[in-house]
Amino acid sequence: MDLNYSAEELAFRDEVRAWLEANLPQDLRDKVARYDPLSKDDLMRWHRILAKQGWVAPAWPREWGGTGWTLVQRYIFEEELGYVGSPPLIPFGLAMCAPVLLRFGTEAQKQRFLPRIYSGEDFWCQGYSEPGSGSDLASLKTRAIREGDFYRVNGQKIWTTLGHYADWIFCLVRTDPTVEKRQEGISFLLIDMKTPGITVRPLILMDGEHEVNEVFFDDVKVPVENLVHEEGKGWTVAKYLLGYERMNTGRIGASKRELAKLKAFAARKKRNDARFRDRLARLEVELMALEITNLRFLDQMRRTGQPPGADVSMLKIKGTEIQQGLTELMLQAEDPAEGVELSTRLGPRYCNMRKTTIYAGSNEIQRNIIAKMTLGL
Amino acid sequence: MNFDYNEEQQLLADSVRRYLQKDYDFEKRKAIVASKAGWSEDAWAQLAEMGLTGLPVPAEFGGFGGGAVDLMGVMEAFGEALVVEPYLPTVLAARLLARADFPAKREILSSVVEGKTRLALAHTEKGARHRVDHVRVKAARSEAGWTLQGEKRVVAGAPAAQHLVVSARGPEGVGLFLVDAKDAKLKAYRVLDETQAADVRLRGAKAEPLGLGLEALEEAIDFGTALVCAEAVGAMKYACDATLEYLKTRRQFGVPIGTFQALQHRMVDMFIAYEQAKSIACLACSKADSSEGPGERKRAVSAAKIKIADNARHISQEAIQLHGGMGMTEEMKVSHTFRRLTTVIDQFGDADYHLERFAAL
Repeated sequence: MDLNYSAEELAFRDEVRAWLEANLPQDLRDKVARYDPLSKDDLMRWHRILAKQGWVAPAWPREWGGTGWTLVQRYIFEEELGYVGSPPLIPFGLAMCAPVLLRFGTEAQKQRFLPRIYSGEDFWCQGYSEPGSGSDLASLKTRAIREGDFYRVNGQKIWTTLGHYADWIFCLVRTDPTVEKRQEGISFLLIDMKTPGITVRPLILMDGEHEVNEVFFDDVKVPVENLVHEEGKGWTVAKYLLGYERMNTGRIGASKRELAKLKAFAARKKRNDARFRDRLARLEVELMALEITNLRFLDQMRRTGQPPGADVSMLKIKGTEIQQGLTELMLQAEDPAEGVELSTRLGPRYCNMRKTTIYAGSNEIQRNIIAKMTLGL
Repeated sequence: MNFDYNEEQQLLADSVRRYLQKDYDFEKRKAIVASKAGWSEDAWAQLAEMGLTGLPVPAEFGGFGGGAVDLMGVMEAFGEALVVEPYLPTVLAARLLARADFPAKREILSSVVEGKTRLALAHTEKGARHRVDHVRVKAARSEAGWTLQGEKRVVAGAPAAQHLVVSARGPEGVGLFLVDAKDAKLKAYRVLDETQAADVRLRGAKAEPLGLGLEALEEAIDFGTALVCAEAVGAMKYACDATLEYLKTRRQFGVPIGTFQALQHRMVDMFIAYEQAKSIACLACSKADSSEGPGERKRAVSAAKIKIADNARHISQEAIQLHGGMGMTEEMKVSHTFRRLTTVIDQFGDADYHLERFAAL
């Protein structure tokens, strides 16, 4: 048993860390540190800097721009991105649409979309949830009817993160409402957001920010060449993606940075009573344990070559609980007399982070997954 | 990075587990606990036969010179089977003796390896509440040699031990001494987890100074804490496995109770608590062995004990609750696992103690 990175892995981490220190623009770093909302330009500027370095899509195959890094190197890179406090790499294109195309797409689809995802020319968003289909995603109703060489799409998506920035949306749609097993009537479609009949309406969250949207489809014509995999196989695609989406939800690096920030903040604010200190220590210990748990899963994946199983749901549950715990303590550490700070920065941040235990499969759904897949209940 | 045991560690853990499954099942353990001594000489001989008593002893005395990670798999297996023999007390005292220099060193350590001698670390005193430097037993020197005066409490394994390693305060501060158990007056009893302990009264007991002080004592206690964490992980595993099995077999309202989501989610939380406990125990055992210095070791060990104490309480309480009335009964092993995990919470410092230490580092 050896819990340490190898000398080569440590050298790689130092190289990544030094490069990030030198190349992350200060204004972006400040914005992230202040929990300011990030504009599309902020996000894409950072995307292009990483793309130029060749590091924007490490997990992709080499011929499409991947780095050929090992699993551990990829993990280190993601953790360092979080630790330095960079703007997030928006996953919808890089880590969701692209892996789907690489696994299920035609050569033409790959040629058409992958280079533009890599360069950041196309901004993607995700069309999964609907007003009546949240945790019960397979009940989705957005209808796509084949009419010759296109599909006619009608329906509504919701919680579409950054849909107002997007050039493209990948959608789960119902192509066959008659099949007995409802999962088999679902297909995976790529839709140009500029197509006539699409309306994006903002949903303002309780922090006052515009992050998510409703997207309406009203007789939207989508060429059949934009179907991924076979008609009726959309659920297979979605399940493949769900495993992928949860790869880095432990967010250890980002939480380590927030923890360090919280400690410094509490010290500055003289919040050092035993009650507060104990809560902080318990959170830190939980994070220490989760980092080892994450590394254990990584080690297991490396040895077995298996994709992340249901145990990764645990990383989502614990990782998000820790992220929320950190924002909660940040609020508590602030001097109650700092009304402006609390009202404009820490309060909204706390509100915003409540989303983490709901999105990407709520933590209750994650528990269902573990109960079924791991425990056999 | 590698979370596997090496081949030797795995082979040892496997053979220990096989032995325990065959010769130390719940019924056999019950008989051992009910016996007059409360532990089994036969079982001890078996452990020695497998090389366990030599595991922490340096090679020059016939042992294997193993560290915490080498012992981790063994402790997990002991935790699962709820072994009551005084293994950990012997390990801790033997490691201390191995660091010391005194005339009977070779004789005693070789005898430990052979399974003929058991040891105990007599340190805890009334009112100490885990503070390592709280030592009131007095060490005095005369022409005839050193003698000890005072009382140690809840000394794990003492009733079975031939020699005690005792902490005492002498003219130059806290030091460790070797005492023949026959020279001490023991009041033996069974603690909540059904292992044997004793209050040890020393009235001018002859003592051999070991030339070790607080630093060695702290290291030994941290080492013991890391191993107790590993043992707790084994006990948690049993509690989780048994509860999961119960949810799948116990039927109410015409269905297995494991089909109810309210219970499924609680089971999942127990499982997550177990995985987190296992992770932090790996960290503690690795750092207990590492040469990074006492700061890193203390930090990891205290972090581990905080997590283990919290999760031992969570898992043990939930295991009983999900077993319902049956979990309350003495005939179910899970109720004994509950007693062991409850004892673990306080062993070598509870979460509150380690929160203090963690914050002070």
